[in-house]
Amino acid sequence: MSASPLDQLRATYFEECAELLDSAYAQLNALHEGEGDGETIHALFRAIHSIKGGGGVFGFARIVALAHAMETLLDLMRDGAVPSDPARVMLVLRGADILADLLGAERSNGTVPGGVEDGLVADLAEALDGHGGPQAEAAPTDGPRTEAGWRIRFAPQPALYRNANDPLLLVRDLRRLGPVEVVADLSRLPALDAMDPEGAYCAWTFELTAAATLAQVEEVFEFVVDDCDMSIEPLGGAEVAAIVEADVPAEATAQAQAPARAEMAAQSVRVDVAKVDRLVNLVGELVINQSMLVQMGSTLPPEVCPGLIAGLETLSQHLRELQEGVMAIRTQPVKSVFGRMPRLVRELSAQLGKDIRLIVTGEGTEIDKTVVEQLADPLTHLLRNALDHGIETPEQRVAVGKPPQGTVLLSAEQRSGRIVIVLADDGRGIDRARVLARAKERGLVAPDASMTDSEIDELIFLPGFSTAAAVSSVSGRGVGMDVVRRNIQGLGGRIAIESVTGQGSRFILSLPLTLAVMDGLVVSVGEETYVVPITSIVESLRPRRADIHPLVGGGEVLAIRGAYIPLLKLGRHFGMHGAIDDPARGIVVIVETDSAGQLGVVVDELVGQQQIVVKSLESNYGRIGGVSGATILGNGRVALILDVAGLSGPGERLQRRTAPQAIALQ
Amino acid sequence: MAKRVMTVDDSKTMRDLVAFTLREAGFEVSEAEDGKKALAALQAAPVDVVITDLNMPNMDGVTLIRSLRTLPAFRSTPILMLTTEFDAAKKAEGKSAGATGWLVKPFDPKKLVDVVNRVLG
Amino acid sequence: MQAIAHHQEPTTTAGTSRQLITCTLGSAEYGIEIMAVQEIKGWAATTSIPHAPSWIRGVINLRGVIVPILDLRARFGQPATEPTAMHVVVIVQAAGRTFGILVDAVSDIISVAPEDVRPVPEMSTSMEEKLLSGLVPLDRGMVALVSLDALVAMPEEAAQALAVSAPSVH
Repeated sequence: MSASPLDQLRATYFEECAELLDSAYAQLNALHEGEGDGETIHALFRAIHSIKGGGGVFGFARIVALAHAMETLLDLMRDGAVPSDPARVMLVLRGADILADLLGAERSNGTVPGGVEDGLVADLAEALDGHGGPQAEAAPTDGPRTEAGWRIRFAPQPALYRNANDPLLLVRDLRRLGPVEVVADLSRLPALDAMDPEGAYCAWTFELTAAATLAQVEEVFEFVVDDCDMSIEPLGGAEVAAIVEADVPAEATAQAQAPARAEMAAQSVRVDVAKVDRLVNLVGELVINQSMLVQMGSTLPPEVCPGLIAGLETLSQHLRELQEGVMAIRTQPVKSVFGRMPRLVRELSAQLGKDIRLIVTGEGTEIDKTVVEQLADPLTHLLRNALDHGIETPEQRVAVGKPPQGTVLLSAEQRSGRIVIVLADDGRGIDRARVLARAKERGLVAPDASMTDSEIDELIFLPGFSTAAAVSSVSGRGVGMDVVRRNIQGLGGRIAIESVTGQGSRFILSLPLTLAVMDGLVVSVGEETYVVPITSIVESLRPRRADIHPLVGGGEVLAIRGAYIPLLKLGRHFGMHGAIDDPARGIVVIVETDSAGQLGVVVDELVGQQQIVVKSLESNYGRIGGVSGATILGNGRVALILDVAGLSGPGERLQRRTAPQAIALQ
Repeated sequence: MAKRVMTVDDSKTMRDLVAFTLREAGFEVSEAEDGKKALAALQAAPVDVVITDLNMPNMDGVTLIRSLRTLPAFRSTPILMLTTEFDAAKKAEGKSAGATGWLVKPFDPKKLVDVVNRVLG
Repeated sequence: MQAIAHHQEPTTTAGTSRQLITCTLGSAEYGIEIMAVQEIKGWAATTSIPHAPSWIRGVINLRGVIVPILDLRARFGQPATEPTAMHVVVIVQAAGRTFGILVDAVSDIISVAPEDVRPVPEMSTSMEEKLLSGLVPLDRGMVALVSLDALVAMPEEAAQALAVSAPSVH
C-alpha cells in the first residue's frame, strides 16, 4: 500500500485514456465519413482535453504538448474558424495514433523515440491557418519587492459578494504574509432607506508591514481583482507603484497578427444563418444593455458626469448603425418569392381561359429573409384573387373596350425605411354593391349603414367576409383576405386597397425592413408593462372627463376634434388586476388599426419611448391574441408587445359605426 | 467536522486526483461526473466547496455555476472552476456566472489545498 | 458521504435505465427526465400573459430567450403555488420548446430501470393521468413521472383556443 494511491491514480488515468482514445477514434471515423457535426468535434475536443489534463498531473510533457496542439486545432474546427476537412481530420487521427503510443510507453515504462511527434506538432500548428492558436499566458514575474510593505486600498463591488468571496478571508490570507493593519472606510455607506441589502458599501485600507513581493500580494486578491476597485502601493513612499490589472486574453494580440488574407476573399462570403442570428441576438442584447445604461444615466443629476449623456447619445447612434449593418446581412432580394409568380400566372390563365401578362419590377429589392419567406403565401393569394376575380375574360374585356390581354403589375421598392410591394391589375375593380350587400347579409355592417367607397373596399378584409360563397377552383376555400391581412400584420406590415370600378384594383403592402427591432412606447397597466409599436400610434393624451361618453350597449368613446374614437381599456381587456379603469384618470394612446380605424387604448401611465428588440413568444409558448411578441426591458424583465391590429375585432368596428347615434340618443 | 468538497469532472482521473489530494488534506469529498448530476446530488447533500471542470457533457460547468448561484442554498457556497491555461474566455464566463475562484490545470496538489482553504470561511 | 454513494454508480447499471431529477410539491414527489433538464433556477418574478390558463405563471427572460413558467401544482388542479425566493424553477426542453416548471424544491437524482415503472392507475383524476407517464415505488414513497411532452403540448392548445382567429404566421 506504500505509494499505491498515486499508482492507482495512474492506473485510472491509463484506463480512462484508453476509453477516451476509443471514443476519439469513433468520432474521428464519423468525421472521416463526413457524418460528424459540431457535437462530434466537441466530444473529440473533450476527450483530447481530458488526456491532456491528466497527463499534466503526472508530468507527461510530451503527451501534454501533443494533446495541446491537437486540442488547439480542434477548438478552431469546432468554432468553424478553420474547415473540418479530410486533411485536418487525418492530422488529428495521426495525433491520436501517436498519443496512443506515448501512453502505452508510459504505462509499460517503455520509451518512444524522442521527436516522433515533432513533425506532426508542426503540421498541426500549420493547419491553424494563421489563426494564432491560443497561447499560454506569460509566466508571472514576481514583480517589485519592498522591505517596508504594501498599502492596499480595496473597495469591493457587489459582484464580489455574489461570487461568494469574503473580505475577511482576504485579510486572513494577507496576514500569512505578515502583520496587517485594517482601516475601514464607511464613507460610501448610504442612508438606511437608500441601502440595498445586497450592495457593497464598505471599503478598506490594508497596510501590510512585511517584506513581500508584489506578486505575493496580488495572489491574495487573484480571484477578486475584477470585482473590486483596488490599488496596491508600497509603504514608505517608494515610487514603485503598481495597479493590478485584469489579465488580457493572449489570443487578442495573436489574432491581430494574423496574416492578411483579404486579397484571396471573393466578392461575397457564405455565412451560416445561425451565425448571423447569433450576431443579431448579440446586437439585440447590446440594445437592451444600452437602454439600461440610459435608464441609469437618467437618474443622475447632469452635473455629476456632464459627458455621460452625450456619450450615451453617441453610443445609441453607433449602436443603431451597427444594428442596421448587421440586419443588412440578413436581407435577401424579393426575387426568390417574385420569381414563383410568372409560372402561377401562366398556369392559372390557361385554367381560367384568360390572357394575362405579368410585369414584375424591383425584384432586386432586399428585405429580411424571414419576411421574404413569409411573403409567399399572402402574395400568392392576392395574385390568385386578381386573376380569378379581378381580370375579366378576353370577351368581357373587349366588350367594355379594353385590350383582350389583362395586365398584372407586381413591384417592390424601398421607401423611407420600409418596403412597399404593389400588386395592381387592370380588371373590373371591386363590385361595391355586391360587397356591401354581402357584408349586410353576414351582419358585418348595420342593414341601414351608408358607407364611403374606401370604407366598403375595407370590408373585404373583415374576418367572415369571404366565405364559401366566394369559393372557386382557383381562389380556393376558406382562406380569406382577413388571413392575408393577418399574415402581413404578423410581419409588422400593413395592407391597403385602392380600387376604381371598371379600371382595376391595387393592393399596397408596406413592410418593415427588419423584424427584429422596432421603436416602442413603453406603458404601464396595473402591475404589468406593455410596449406599443410607435408606428401605429397617432397620439397619446390625458383625456378630459367631459370628452368621454358612455355607449348604450356598454363601452365608451372619446370625443376628439369632432370624431368619436372607441376606447379599449387594456387592463380589462387582458383581465389584469389593479389597472386604472376610469379613462379620465389614465392615459389614452390613440392607435391606427388597419381594420377598425382609430382606437383609444387606455393605459395607466406612459413610461417612455425606446428602441426594443422583438423576441418570439411563439417558439416556447404560442400565439396570444392582442400580443405580437415580447421584448426585454432595461431592467431585465419581459414586456409584451401589443398587436394593435389584433386588439380591434368586429366588435369595436360596430361600436365606432354606431357611436354618433348612441350619443345623439342621450 | 470535516469540510465537505464536491469535485465535478467528466474525467475520472481528474476527479480521483482532486478527491485523493483533498482527502489526504482531511476533507470529505464527493464526486459527480457532469453538471446535471452534480446539481441533483448537491440538492440532496450540500457541501462547503464545489470544484468544477468547465468542459463537460450534459451540463457544462458555467451552467452548473449559474444554476447553483440562483438557488438560495448555494448563494454563499464557494465554487472553484478548473480551467486550462488558455481558457481565458471560458474563465471570464464562469466568473460572471458566479465562480468564486479558479485553478489552472494541471495544478500542483499543494496549490489545490491552498486555494480550497483560501475560499473556505 | 452516504448520500453520495448512489450518485456514482448509475453508469454501471443497464443502459436502459433512466435518470430522473426528483422534485417536491408538498409531500408529493415527481420525477423529471434528467436529459430534458437544462438548468435549475431560483424563483424570480414573471411577466403575466393575458388570458393564460391559471397554471401559466407568465414568462421570464432566460438570457435573452422568452420562457414560459408553468406552476406544476396548479397544473394538477391544486391551488396555485405561492412562490418565495426558496422556490425552484426547473428549466426543461421538450418537444422543441423550452419552459420552466415551478416546484417547491428539487430533492434528489434517481436511477430507474424500466421494470420499476408502474402504470398510472385509471382511477387517478383524468388530469393527472394525462400528465403522468408512470409511477416508481421507492422505499421512501412514490415518485410520479411527469410526461413533459404532455405538459408542453398543453400551453399551445390553450393558446390556440384563446387566439381564436389568429392564424399561424409560419
